[in-house]
Amino acid sequence: MSAAAANGAAAGTAIVINQLRKGFYLDSVALMRFSRSIAAMPGVEEAALMMGTPANRRIMADAGLLNQTGEAAGGGDLILAIRAKTRPSAEQALTQSQALLDQPAAPGVGATAWRPRTLRAAVKHLPEANLALISVPGDFAIAEARKAIRRGLHAMIFSDNVSLAAEAALKQEAQTLGRLVMGPDCGTAIINGAPLAFANNVPRGAVGIIGASGTGIQEVSCLIGQYGGGISHAIGVGGRDLANEIGGVSTLMALDALASDAATAHLVLISKPPPAAVMARVLERVAGMGKPVTVCFIGAGIMPMPVNATQVFSLKDAARTALGLRQNGDTTPLKAPSDIRAPAERIAGQNTVRGLFSGGTLCAEAQAIFIAADARVASNAPIPGAGQIPATPPGHQLLDLGDDSYTRGRPHPMIDPMVRDQPIIDALSDGAVAVILLDLVIGFGAHHDPAGHLAATVMTHRQQDGPVVIASVTGTEADPQIRSVQIAKLEAAGIHVAPTNADAAAWSLLAAGPTVAA
Amino acid sequence: MSENHVKSLLETPLKVVNIGLESFSEALVEQGVEVVHLDWIPPGGGDPKLADLLSKLE
Amino acid sequence: MQRIDDANRQAMDRILSADPVLVDVIPAAEAIPTLQDRMILHAGPPVDWERMCGPMRGAVAGIAVFEGWAADLQEAEAMAGAGAFDFQPNHHFDAVGPMTGMTTAGQWVMVVENRRFGNRAYCTINEGLGKVMRFGGNDAEVLDRLRWLRDSFGPAMGRALRSGDGVPLKSLVARGLSMGDEMHQRNVACTGLMLRALAPALAATADDTAGLSKALAFIGGNDQFFLNIAMTMGKAIMDPVRGIDGSSLVTAMSRNGTDFGIRVSGTGDTWFTAPVEMPEGLYFPGFTEADANPDMGDSTIVETIGLGGFAMGAAPAVAGFVGAGSASDAANFTRAMGEITYGDNPEWSIPGLDYLGVPTGIDIRLVVETGLAPTINTGIAHREPGIGQVGAGVVRAPMACFEAALQAFAASVGVA
Repeated sequence: MSAAAANGAAAGTAIVINQLRKGFYLDSVALMRFSRSIAAMPGVEEAALMMGTPANRRIMADAGLLNQTGEAAGGGDLILAIRAKTRPSAEQALTQSQALLDQPAAPGVGATAWRPRTLRAAVKHLPEANLALISVPGDFAIAEARKAIRRGLHAMIFSDNVSLAAEAALKQEAQTLGRLVMGPDCGTAIINGAPLAFANNVPRGAVGIIGASGTGIQEVSCLIGQYGGGISHAIGVGGRDLANEIGGVSTLMALDALASDAATAHLVLISKPPPAAVMARVLERVAGMGKPVTVCFIGAGIMPMPVNATQVFSLKDAARTALGLRQNGDTTPLKAPSDIRAPAERIAGQNTVRGLFSGGTLCAEAQAIFIAADARVASNAPIPGAGQIPATPPGHQLLDLGDDSYTRGRPHPMIDPMVRDQPIIDALSDGAVAVILLDLVIGFGAHHDPAGHLAATVMTHRQQDGPVVIASVTGTEADPQIRSVQIAKLEAAGIHVAPTNADAAAWSLLAAGPTVAA
Repeated sequence: MSENHVKSLLETPLKVVNIGLESFSEALVEQGVEVVHLDWIPPGGGDPKLADLLSKLE
Repeated sequence: MQRIDDANRQAMDRILSADPVLVDVIPAAEAIPTLQDRMILHAGPPVDWERMCGPMRGAVAGIAVFEGWAADLQEAEAMAGAGAFDFQPNHHFDAVGPMTGMTTAGQWVMVVENRRFGNRAYCTINEGLGKVMRFGGNDAEVLDRLRWLRDSFGPAMGRALRSGDGVPLKSLVARGLSMGDEMHQRNVACTGLMLRALAPALAATADDTAGLSKALAFIGGNDQFFLNIAMTMGKAIMDPVRGIDGSSLVTAMSRNGTDFGIRVSGTGDTWFTAPVEMPEGLYFPGFTEADANPDMGDSTIVETIGLGGFAMGAAPAVAGFVGAGSASDAANFTRAMGEITYGDNPEWSIPGLDYLGVPTGIDIRLVVETGLAPTINTGIAHREPGIGQVGAGVVRAPMACFEAALQAFAASVGVA
């Protein structure tokens, strides 16, 4: 049981209770889920169950959740912190928190199954292990990855919050050792048919993908599957691999490997536009590889390409080009379904698109579609040509809700769709919003029913003459959530579902009308 | 640059050591991938000073 | 770090290449010439009378009466309080002792020789279960048994051993592991094997059949007879591993009922200590954890060589006795200790774990990194003097010892 006695203190009129569990570790996702259910209890203003690292303690102090008990916690201690209107509610919440922590592990895991604590012991247990999948907090993630590559494993680092210098040092060592480091902040990979972290159940085939973005890989791999093709391997490299400080170490290693991989006939490369020096190095390697390559630098302008490479400007076109379904210069005709309300019927002032994305690259792709249509757009994660929020005046806003500034101390919206509820509710009652544009990403790692949750939120909070809602679903029929089932749930709630994220963006522009054109 | 072992990663059945989120292990097991899930805790009990010392003594 | 890797490899080689043989039983004064009159060797790191726990004080009083230094227990305690005795750890005199670990000049000690390195280690003869001096017992029955060990059994066993070439212990322990012993809490198989090895020579060298019969019955009636031999063996194996510059392997773990102490090869003979913890376990009827004394004894030397709690997977019966639960739990203890050890001992394997060797060579770096403290199987003494054993269980070595050792070790290899 708890190592320290409960310690109550009044903060204003509220009651703050902190309790410590010494040396009790649980991963942050589980803790955040617990925090949420405690915070939802009657009379509870705020609640957090967190490991007592300095950063976490600061977050809790800022949230008015910390008293001297919690302040004394160490990094290996779990803090249970509750702020409630009355002492009885606070104590009830504390009791409930303890019960959550003490509930037995889910059955089926095997109560007596041995689990190694260290990579060293795990490798002894599974000597042929060839990949470490790492999702522990940032600083620790680098240390674990270093151990992995030194033991001859490749590493995929899902964790973020890693310094650029640490990433550079790790990747340089990995290069020397000939080991691949995917990440940090690598959300998706498919190696030899095995989906890692947030990936979809896509058919195997001849297209190899290298991506600096998780949702970009997911959208392209799913569309390739939908269009009748398949994936040999999808290699994530992390969002900063092409930064000058890193120099594209992992991207170049992945290019070399796929160049000589017999299963891969065509490559797709997805990234934000890299800096010039790195871009030159990458395109030089592309030029020498003797296989056709589709290059999608989301947000980049037209640039010279090697003869074996084709530049595309959307994820959708990347998928079509890789399968030979699209010739250079061919643009997809945009046609919104006739039942989307025409701009003329909108009430005055209702003329902007509010995009609320869980996928960063899906948000970037939507911005690219807007910019290509000469629509003025702003984002918290702007691509070249888009305005920076909050500095930009009101207009079309495409927000990446998976960005660090939204996810610190909270689950990612792909894991917990509830994170997106409040922005959606706000937009539904915002008189300036004509269209709410959403993505929905399913597959391994994602929430078990994001469409059901989204449909319920929209149906509960939609208003007479409020904005229309347009969405797309990134996923496959073989995913646990089943794409067609998710689409049906959205459509039953009156949400318009476009075949791709790019189409959804285009539809939303048509539905919002030309009012905010640049 | 030394030998690039990434090609052999792509040609060999994936065997994973999962360090962190347990749901990642579960998805791999469902797909028939061999995986060992670590009972991971922060090295040195989360004490940054000890963790630093340990990394220097590796 | 290459220097640490090399040093640890050398240390592990010395552990694995040891050749311990039980060769003799002789008076402690003869075995340890520096063991003076009125000197009392005790278990664990150094401790003075003021900080000694109840059972150790009880044992001190009893042994002083046994040695004839005091007329009765009261006088013995008064003398101890007045500084009449020189208290020293067994470990500083090539010796070990279970629980209170009393070793004095007038007792007889078993001798284990490590024939690979030529060193010898010593330990008194196990007294049996129940009310015994190692648990702080000190009444007439306890002292009478000590006298019989000194006057009859010890000399008889010495004669028997000297009539042959001694009893090699490594293979005997290997067979014991395959018969369900872990050599700390359970020694019934090894005791039987030892009786089989000794009986012919005991008979051949006996003065009279009545004495022989009593000696054979004593060994056969004490399931823990082999514990003290396993401990002596552990000390003989680990002593040559001491003082290897740059090695992070533990050479001794020991407790005096007040402090738990460890020694690390690369930091020489320094003890790194922390307050001992309370064992968790099962109690004999009529006793509860309220009666328990904190962890005590040099017997943790067996865990230091990969037996005891480290070999729990070999002894599912012990897992139940110590409250650890099922047979698979027992295996998990052994696998977990594999995370904090340099490697396995291929000569001491566990059939039930697909002949996995016992995890051997505790590395303080791995202990601190994993937060896994060594698991120790132990008996539990009553906290009052003179009462004896009240239960048995499992205890963890305190993490603070390893953290302190790590800091000193880091300094010894020039890392701050």
